[in-house]
Amino acid sequence: MNSIPASVATSVRKAPTGIAGFDEMTGGGLPRARTTLVLGGPGSGKTVLALQFLVHGARECKEPGIFVAFEESSKRIVGNAEGFGWGLGELRRKQLYFLDAQPMSDLLQSGNFDVSGMLAALGAQAAAMGARRIVFDALDVVLALLTDAGARRREVYRLHEWLLASELTGLITAKAGGDKASSVGKQAFGFMQFMVDCAVILNHSVVTGVSQRNLRVQKYRGSSFDENEAPFLIGRSGLEVDAARTVSRRQARVSNERVSSGVKRLDTMLGGGYYRGASVLITGFPGTAKTTLAGTFAEAACRRGERTLFVSFDSDSNEVIRDLASVGIQLARYQKSGRLRMASARAITGSAEAYLVRIKTLATEHHARCIVIDPMSTWSRSGNESNAHSVVERLTDWSKASGITLVCTGLVDEMARQTEGGTSSLQVSTLADTWIQLSYLMQAGERNRGLSIIKSRGTAHSNQVRELILSDRGVTLADTYTAGGEVLMGTMRWEKESAERIASEVTEVASKLKRVQLAAEEAELAVRAKSLQTVLVAKRVEKALLSRTTETRTNELTRGRTAMRELRGADAAKPRRKRT
Amino acid sequence: MARLIEFQFRLYVAGDTLNSSQALANLKVLCHAHLENRHRIEVVDVFRDPGRALADSVFMTPALVRVNPPPALRIVGTLTNTATVLGALGVDPDAQ
Repeated sequence: MNSIPASVATSVRKAPTGIAGFDEMTGGGLPRARTTLVLGGPGSGKTVLALQFLVHGARECKEPGIFVAFEESSKRIVGNAEGFGWGLGELRRKQLYFLDAQPMSDLLQSGNFDVSGMLAALGAQAAAMGARRIVFDALDVVLALLTDAGARRREVYRLHEWLLASELTGLITAKAGGDKASSVGKQAFGFMQFMVDCAVILNHSVVTGVSQRNLRVQKYRGSSFDENEAPFLIGRSGLEVDAARTVSRRQARVSNERVSSGVKRLDTMLGGGYYRGASVLITGFPGTAKTTLAGTFAEAACRRGERTLFVSFDSDSNEVIRDLASVGIQLARYQKSGRLRMASARAITGSAEAYLVRIKTLATEHHARCIVIDPMSTWSRSGNESNAHSVVERLTDWSKASGITLVCTGLVDEMARQTEGGTSSLQVSTLADTWIQLSYLMQAGERNRGLSIIKSRGTAHSNQVRELILSDRGVTLADTYTAGGEVLMGTMRWEKESAERIASEVTEVASKLKRVQLAAEEAELAVRAKSLQTVLVAKRVEKALLSRTTETRTNELTRGRTAMRELRGADAAKPRRKRT
Repeated sequence: MARLIEFQFRLYVAGDTLNSSQALANLKVLCHAHLENRHRIEVVDVFRDPGRALADSVFMTPALVRVNPPPALRIVGTLTNTATVLGALGVDPDAQ
């Protein structure tokens, strides 16, 4: 059996019921060697619960059991339970004993009676087969025969005392209007609720044509328990209870691993993809490619080799595969290989809870690591308005706890809700880790798909609106252009793109031209610089020549004057005269 | 001829609990008054013989079974209301 969650404090030993979710709520099952009362209206699932408790004991816990049938004959009960595949026929030989204790319709009665005889008989039977569990189904039938309240109370006491003394784990079922048991006026049951150690109330109601079942543990002596109403379903193998979360019970496995959305650029926008175990919501109008985007995720998951569950509420699964194939998403081969499981469920009838339990069962059976639900908004339809949100909440909790990456699509029905922050009536958007909004942009006679990430927890994500383009080769995202405060898409984007392309070509040519011009100028200047240099050299030479010529002339002049003086014998030759 | 029929009763009791004691006392008084010398009472204590209760499907005690004359007939309770019991058992209260 499952290990007992640590958060449920307990001083009582428990007898597991094998009912998924119920053992979790009660921290392990019903109080062992004590008495549990199960109250519920007709058809609320009391007998199934009781029988499942016995079957689980006999099959899994080596605890043989006795079923005391006050209302239906054991034959009918066994027949009804055949569909659950519990192998009752086999069990009846040794581990299960059915006692038909229906009061005969022509029973004559005079004065008071008690159930001592039955208890004595049961005591003998229990001892003979080593029974550890016992069920009294529809005790109210017997009690109704008793004439006064005092006698009823006395028999209930007697039964209770006997159960305590026998140390059998007892389960008593009785018809009552669920939580309104007191108003029904069955005083004996009100009193029984005080007496027993554990009381469970089953409710079955119909809200706008949709059947809703839920279960509540009213009391549990010596143990803490989940006090909230939990929806349940009578599934293929018995009761399936969907226990609501408690903060400490389910520790989500937080992962930093990223999984691809199947669209490369979207992964980039998200900083690498969705987080593993995250809940992703894709909202948008009909036809904004919500399913396609969910499909790319499913395909990418399958390509990675992860088992995937695709639940489609709108269309048949084959239709989904065909439609997705038209945009290059090939799911058929994965479905064939068994990696992908397609489930289709029309959201016409059935409660959100029933779907939740169904999806959980399917996912568990399939060992799914990725789940796609398309669309989730159908859950809030007919009769589910009040509880759809909590169902979605539990689904996201559960998928998180199991490390399953969940991608849900949500339909935005009304234009009014399209505004930023607008949500579907489920308000999934607050629960989702990543919320991708798909929208139409109407411009210049075109509708184009836009994609924006409204939020993505724990991720630096792009704040840009991208254009989502579907082609037969798949899904791509394109940049959009903002012009005059408007986002351009489709043809306008294309026009803008080509305009930009031309513009950039022109610029390039112009710059090339300029470069050539400049080079020419540079070359010209270099030439001019060179010729000037030559001139300069020439000038310098000239200058040097000039100065030399001048010097020579001066020297010549001086020499000439001296020579003249010498010739004239002028004063200039004084020193020479002195010498003479 | 009716006088000759012998009534055979089997009374299932649960030890000497209040209801069972009352039923036995009521039965005895009834037989004494109306079936003097033509009745037989077998008392089965389900506490001592629970297997028999199971085999005979006696779940509510006390239970009175008319074994003879057939068909077998069963009355549950303390047998307080004498007129009802006599009527059910087919005993004419004025026969004796």
